[in-house]
Amino acid sequence: MEPVAIVGVGMTEVKRERRADIFADLVFEATTRALDDAGITIDQVDNVITVSNDFFDGRTISSMAIQDACGSFDKNVSTVEGDGTFGALYGMIRILSGSYGTTLVCAHQKGSESEVQLITNAMFDPVYERVLGIDAITSSALQARAYMDGYGITEEQCALVSVKNHGNAFKNPYAQLPLKLSVDDVMSSPYMAEPIKVLDCSPVSDGACAVILASAERAGGVTSKPVWIRGVGHCSDAFHLGDRDLAGVDALREAARTAYSMAGISDPVNEIDLVELYDAFSYMEPMWLEGLGFCQRGEGGKLTEFGKTAMDGELPVNASGGCLAANPVLVAGLNRVIECALQIRGDAGEHQIDGVDIALAHGINGPCGQSNCVWILGGER
Amino acid sequence: MEDWREDQELLVMDGRIRVPYRWAAGEVGTRYLEALRDESKFLGTRCPECGIVYHIPRRNCPDCLGECSEWVELESRGTLETYTVVRRHHPQLSPLPTPFAYGIIKLEGADTGFLHLIYEFEDGELTGGLQVEAVFAEDRDANVLDVSYFRPVKGVG
Repeated sequence: MEPVAIVGVGMTEVKRERRADIFADLVFEATTRALDDAGITIDQVDNVITVSNDFFDGRTISSMAIQDACGSFDKNVSTVEGDGTFGALYGMIRILSGSYGTTLVCAHQKGSESEVQLITNAMFDPVYERVLGIDAITSSALQARAYMDGYGITEEQCALVSVKNHGNAFKNPYAQLPLKLSVDDVMSSPYMAEPIKVLDCSPVSDGACAVILASAERAGGVTSKPVWIRGVGHCSDAFHLGDRDLAGVDALREAARTAYSMAGISDPVNEIDLVELYDAFSYMEPMWLEGLGFCQRGEGGKLTEFGKTAMDGELPVNASGGCLAANPVLVAGLNRVIECALQIRGDAGEHQIDGVDIALAHGINGPCGQSNCVWILGGER
Repeated sequence: MEDWREDQELLVMDGRIRVPYRWAAGEVGTRYLEALRDESKFLGTRCPECGIVYHIPRRNCPDCLGECSEWVELESRGTLETYTVVRRHHPQLSPLPTPFAYGIIKLEGADTGFLHLIYEFEDGELTGGLQVEAVFAEDRDANVLDVSYFRPVKGVG
């Protein structure tokens, strides 16, 4: 693959409700931060990809309402409805097409403005499933149960993930929900849908983010600290939950295999320095770590138990606090990519991990992580 | 703008999107839902190429993209593959009084699972692999709630 770099990143502070800001204000804030970070003006952006969801925004063709705010007026623009990692994938592909030297990718979300359970209920089939009242939490609980029963993972191990990630968030000024928790706090929080408890869930969030991608030719003239895309893989599973092996992580394994192959990674445990993954619920962190090949199936819980995924562990996972500490849907996956880029650059601030050269970012789309997108980023081309 | 914002309640515009939809059940879905309503029967479709029996039924096989040309009558009982007990009632979503459960159930004769409700169970009774049976509603109008829910089969395993 021709080299493509991340040359600018911008995140807004994520909060439960950002009532002072309309969608466009959030997008403008993220866009201008990414441009400032890259040290370029909007004139140097060749094309724009926006990421949004009409149901969440409560408007038809939600992407069109924020075009002014991301500076796409008079530019070639296209749209992704899905996680921001897939927006970045599309942005990268546009550069690889040879038609564009730079792409701005921006994503926005205001979870505060609707009812997340009703919105996520609407992702299910209107003939067979929706009337049953299933939503993101209850469907994920089916997956959590399948994972715990199938692979011997305990609720306490998942609670540890919540303790770790909420604790990490104290060092990330962009995170929404830093919390000092004990395993008991998580275990005694009320069940939303067994085995998922309130403190196993990511919060409802408002926020936006943007990244600027560039070809090798253009990256050189833009930034002194490009972060290179070393590999990307993506794969989708079946839509209907009953068609899938819910704890099987088949799609993630395939996405990871592709990304590792492209990046020339044969031993992820030793070659990858840091992971930012999509922990919409605490059980997802060990499950995705297994799917990414960092341990055998069923061993994911032990990685947290033994401190390996802690900020000072061998493989820090979600040093930013992850989605458990801030989950603007769609934005959240792209924030994982941005966090990895900042870590590689050494610009992550208080939660900077020493010596991050290769980092892995992961995003999901669809019920129970139906579709997965895996990014391998590095400081060297 | 900071000066006036201090003591100003920021406005929000309340709204509700009311748009009627009419989602087609399709030929396959219509036959399936009418069999539920009129005969208390679950039907699946079989892919002759792969041999997989899909429930809920499809017109085309997601594996080989061939036509699932054969209808197969399934048992109204099956195996609970995974489940979640819901204790927090949601006024607009919860279809039964809490606690109720969601389950992925593989009916006898089918190769794929499907989502439905579990009810009439004791605390701690649900486990993966449990045998469950359909409880049909008295009043039916050809939708998935013609089956009120599934419940554990008594005296089995």
